[in-house]
Amino acid sequence: MAILVIAEHNNGVLAGATLNTVAAAQKIGGDVAVLVAGQNVGAVAEAAAKVAGVSKVLVADNAAFAHLLPENVAPLIAELAKDYSHVLAPATTNGKNYLPRVAALLDVDQISEIIEVIDADTFKRPIYAGNAIATVQSSAAVKVITVRTTGFDAVAAEGGSATIEPVSIGGDAGKSAFVGEELAKSDRPELTAAKIVVSGGRGMQNGENFKLLYALADKLGAAVGASRAAVDAGFVPNDMQVGQTGKIVAPQLYIAVGISGAIQHLAGMKDSKVIVAINKDEEAPIFQVADYGLVADLFEAVPELEKLV
Amino acid sequence: MKVLVAVKRVVDYNVKVRVKSDNSGVDLANVKMSMNPFCEIAVEEAVRLKEKGVASEIVVVSVGPSAAQEQLRTALALGADRAILVETNEELNSLAVAKLLKAVVDKEQPQLVILGKQAIDSDNNQTGQMLAALTGFAQGTFASKVEVAGDKLNVTREIDGGLQTVALTLPAIVTTDLRLNEPRYASLPNIMKAKKKPLETVTPDALGVSTASTVKTLKVEAPAPRQAGIKVKSVAELVEKLKNEAKVI
Repeated sequence: MAILVIAEHNNGVLAGATLNTVAAAQKIGGDVAVLVAGQNVGAVAEAAAKVAGVSKVLVADNAAFAHLLPENVAPLIAELAKDYSHVLAPATTNGKNYLPRVAALLDVDQISEIIEVIDADTFKRPIYAGNAIATVQSSAAVKVITVRTTGFDAVAAEGGSATIEPVSIGGDAGKSAFVGEELAKSDRPELTAAKIVVSGGRGMQNGENFKLLYALADKLGAAVGASRAAVDAGFVPNDMQVGQTGKIVAPQLYIAVGISGAIQHLAGMKDSKVIVAINKDEEAPIFQVADYGLVADLFEAVPELEKLV
Repeated sequence: MKVLVAVKRVVDYNVKVRVKSDNSGVDLANVKMSMNPFCEIAVEEAVRLKEKGVASEIVVVSVGPSAAQEQLRTALALGADRAILVETNEELNSLAVAKLLKAVVDKEQPQLVILGKQAIDSDNNQTGQMLAALTGFAQGTFASKVEVAGDKLNVTREIDGGLQTVALTLPAIVTTDLRLNEPRYASLPNIMKAKKKPLETVTPDALGVSTASTVKTLKVEAPAPRQAGIKVKSVAELVEKLKNEAKVI
């Protein structure tokens, strides 16, 4: 069996999500190749070649692939996929964008966000906002799969020595163009990769009060997340949202501050190792999943916590 | 332009679903069903495009059991002009739904197709992208802003690090993210009027589409429950527990 993993990268850096996806590929078993598609991705390809367990890196360097527009990259991936039994991509916004398009071009079903590999054809994935786990089996000639990165421990970024091969297939389909992007700037660790996440909800009352969480996060080396209520109220930008429709995180420690714990939020964080809830409503559903709950006013508890850690 | 909107009948988002004891699926008997929240946003966006004079006709389509007529009537009450139900009692995978929608697109020739980004039951996030592949249209997924500019569509998308804007050649497919708009409620007079709007029913066979699938569900289980936690009395006790008991800080 040969497995093709599509690399996630940004601005010349290989993203951590790729390492989790390679880990899922190794659980399936077989030769693992990585495709790096983009523009001026030489450094990314070299980083991918060093990833433990990767035997081959395919590099598609073309201006048309610069922003991974699915109209351009899906035909490339579909063409390469014919030589593989499995095509895997991380369930990032990029992976979710292009991979179903690849599956339809290959006329096969896609399996989304697997959290466990049973065998080469059988996988587990959450449905109904994580309230049920389905075991699904694929008989497709090429299994097209997105991987929930928090379900698999990352492989080592060093230690491999894969060969690098250029591929020159495809180009601009002429249907779409990149106009611009507006990225949120942050010095803190990335939300989905952080070991500790501090999240705020509607209980924070306004955006200014998130400073309390930033101070605590900086002391802990943590990322800061938010519930949908906090995002919709305009306290913080939407890329900080944790939940079914936002990011899925599974850190060592998740501290939920002023978050009630709606099922859509729990879907994004309930696989965290330790969950702490700080809420003044002792009936809040978040306390049903919290390992440690503190019924207190967050405006007193958070500054005190920051002093003590 | 003509706008086609796809809607799905799903379990209401407030329902806490339970897995059946025989692990064949989740128990949907006597459970409240609604229009998928992302589909509501798709209908709302189409109605707003019509109110701006951009859209001339809104056709809403659903693939599902005859009971999905309720969700189509809701969409008609919100402002859609007519509805198509592709009636099937099978639970179809995204690719089969995309193929059925492709057949509807071929017949209706819309300039824009709007879908939700994912259904809250299967959580697949596939149908819009697959329909784009099958039709050969451009796709603007996870849209938080949609603007028609001549024969182009500018779509602002929610991506992991922030926002990205792409320009798509029409006809195109858009899938909605939560922040695209706030859906309106149907008024009683509009609910009454919606009953008179046309609703056509077709079958997958009539559309000439095979709904065979390469993926089958072997079983559905409840997730492993978390062990019950404890309540601490003070911040000092919390820090002590995190340092010495959980050892996470």
